[in-house]
Amino acid sequence: MFLGLDYNTWWFLVFGAVISGYAILDGFDLGAGALHLFLKKEESRRIALNAIGPVWDGNEVWLVIAGGALFAGFPVAYAAVFSAFYLPVMVFLIGLIWRAVAIEFRSKEPGKLWRLTWDIVYTFACVVVTFSLGLMLGNVALGIPLNEEKEFSGSMLSFFNLFSILVGITTLALFMMHGAIYLAMKTENRLYVKLTVLAKNFTIFFVVAFSLTTLYTLLYIPHLSDKIRSNPQYFIFPVIMILAIASIPRQLKRGNYRLAFLFSSITIASLLIAVAVEVFPYLLYASNDPANSITIDNAASSAKTMKTLLIIALIGTPLVATYTAFVFWTFKGKVKLDEMSY
Amino acid sequence: MDVEILSRIQFAFTIAFHYIYPPLSIGLGLILVIMEGLYLKTGLKIYEDMTRFWIRIFALIFGLGVATGIIMEFEFGTNWATYSKYVGDIFGSALAAEGIFAFALESGFLGILLFGWNRVSSKVHFFSTIMVFLGSMFSAVWIVVANSWQQTPAGYHIVGEGLQARAEITDFWEMVFNPSSMERLSHVWIGAFLAGAFLVLSVHAYYIRKGQHLAIAKPGFKIALAVATIFSLAQLFTGHKSADGVAKNQPAKLAALEGHYDSSAVADMYLIGWVNNQTQTTTGIKIPGGLSFILHQDFKTPVTGLNAFKPENRPSQVNAVFQFYHIMVAIGMLLIALTLYASWQWWRGKLFENKWLMGVFVWAVLLPQVANQAGWFAAEMGRQPWVVYNLLRTSDALSKAVKAEQVLVSLILFTLVYSILLVLFLYLLNKKIKHGPELTAPADEKEVEAKSIRENPIMN
Repeated sequence: MFLGLDYNTWWFLVFGAVISGYAILDGFDLGAGALHLFLKKEESRRIALNAIGPVWDGNEVWLVIAGGALFAGFPVAYAAVFSAFYLPVMVFLIGLIWRAVAIEFRSKEPGKLWRLTWDIVYTFACVVVTFSLGLMLGNVALGIPLNEEKEFSGSMLSFFNLFSILVGITTLALFMMHGAIYLAMKTENRLYVKLTVLAKNFTIFFVVAFSLTTLYTLLYIPHLSDKIRSNPQYFIFPVIMILAIASIPRQLKRGNYRLAFLFSSITIASLLIAVAVEVFPYLLYASNDPANSITIDNAASSAKTMKTLLIIALIGTPLVATYTAFVFWTFKGKVKLDEMSY
Repeated sequence: MDVEILSRIQFAFTIAFHYIYPPLSIGLGLILVIMEGLYLKTGLKIYEDMTRFWIRIFALIFGLGVATGIIMEFEFGTNWATYSKYVGDIFGSALAAEGIFAFALESGFLGILLFGWNRVSSKVHFFSTIMVFLGSMFSAVWIVVANSWQQTPAGYHIVGEGLQARAEITDFWEMVFNPSSMERLSHVWIGAFLAGAFLVLSVHAYYIRKGQHLAIAKPGFKIALAVATIFSLAQLFTGHKSADGVAKNQPAKLAALEGHYDSSAVADMYLIGWVNNQTQTTTGIKIPGGLSFILHQDFKTPVTGLNAFKPENRPSQVNAVFQFYHIMVAIGMLLIALTLYASWQWWRGKLFENKWLMGVFVWAVLLPQVANQAGWFAAEMGRQPWVVYNLLRTSDALSKAVKAEQVLVSLILFTLVYSILLVLFLYLLNKKIKHGPELTAPADEKEVEAKSIRENPIMN
């Protein structure tokens, strides 16, 4: 126990925070990548790449930390999730490889064809990564069949259900909106004007996708809204979420992109919190037989390891926060190209 | 092929490909710290120019290291689910520490290292370079600790039985400082320094041969040569310590390294040889009793051989383990000879007169790479049939939910993707090298060198 909560619950919260951090931070990189081809001019594309250039790699580290956090705290869940989603995970990881090398390789040759090729690879990789992330999240929320040894016992094809596809599309729309807002914050002049239009359009795209997914959930997947329905105090989470989403177009209209970015970040976090509230204490719900489900208790490492992990997190978090803030502060303001740029 | 062999091939392939890059990042990181430190100390433009040139190459290498590294963390879960459950309690905390202490540090400051030259003061930039270097060193710490725990488990107890069994930590520090972690860590670090130093040596030797960018090429070569000489020699000691540790903690592996079968007999040391696992014979050029002498300082002391272990408890690919190990050792000796000879030439003031020596250095970049790979193959194949030594068999460690066809698909994907990556990497690296550094320093190398010698002790 620590501050009234047991270690497993604490680690669930830490893991959730890291996942949210990853979605907010790499979310804007992936979104910026997914909309890359909407930018037509060479200079615009360079500015967009350099807007994420110094930070995307640090943002991706949050995924590494999330993977480590799951492996360390809930090894049973780590083993079950990644072996179950074998091929989607491979597609996701190979997408991340192409995203990284496209950013790195694009600027190394001046040829038009070379750059166009990498632009296409880059956008395609970001779309694939984002969609597969959403698809897996949808399936985790929904639950998958698990056998008694808590390993996946279904078919890969079942991952392509309507709900998970909707979550995938919503994630893509969310990140594209988030990325467009980030880029608008970092650019000026005509590119800025172009991005403000894109940000508005992607916001509409997101609101439509989000509404459809929510409607589908309320109608067909009762177990993903049960807990909020039966516990009125949890009603605060959807309220925050709706308020944050509603604030985005308002701030876009005002041209206040920093606040818009803050609200799109809150949207991402509150969506994940809503999912977390619904699934807790399950990490992976067994859709065939609830008794086979993976929970924070039957998946957890020993109390000793949980304690060690919390100490590591307590020491590490302020450090990471400090130098992340330092790096963002160093590169604050509008992007300026120089001889070290991509 | 079954799912076990496919998963092993995939893991070996993806980790071997990944391992081209991190040692280069660590080694180049050290050289960048030295170069930029000299720039700050002397204010000489040549050091600024060479630092900025190597930062560009560092960016390319680091990028590929990140891209291929993220696969590794998830491959435990995808292909080795039973292993993940078994070791999660122990391995997981090392991996979490790695993410939060090492990767976050290096990736955070990398942005400033690569893009911050005009944005921050030179001192802050130097600080960032040091942080990136330290971050990469720390990553090696946690990975080697975790791997060493698989070689020599410590600070744990086993909970549960059969399929539910798993290792739980009893003492975090005993796990971290398990019997092999420190000697293997120093061996890995130095292997990385050598990989980086020899890359710098190769590129600078290429310029010297061509008579290009001499103002930078010569002093940069000397910096890297100093690093390479010191660490080639140091590697002999860490290597010896590692072998001693293997003899003590993993006798079956040690026996395989030298192809030694007799369960208790005087053991020879081979310079070169061939192992026939069927007939249990090893033939080649050997020092009789050499292994006994290395381990016990006595040519007559018997050493435990492979036959002291049941066939199902010892490595089956003895010849492969033997060959990988001997390639590594041979290269280690070659590097010592090469760097000592070059240092002697440097001392005589004739280092750059020798065109063929520069030619050797251009190609010597491959040697530490091959040695690093071979060393890991010997270490990992020598641990078989165990994934966690004496606790968990590789064949029991798989993901039961994953079928052979799925692994085949992903293996084909990785082969395709990595082949393209390797071609592109070599193409771009070659292009950057051909393009060379942007010179802001005066072109007259004599003047620069005279000034460097006056102002800087390392140049003498």
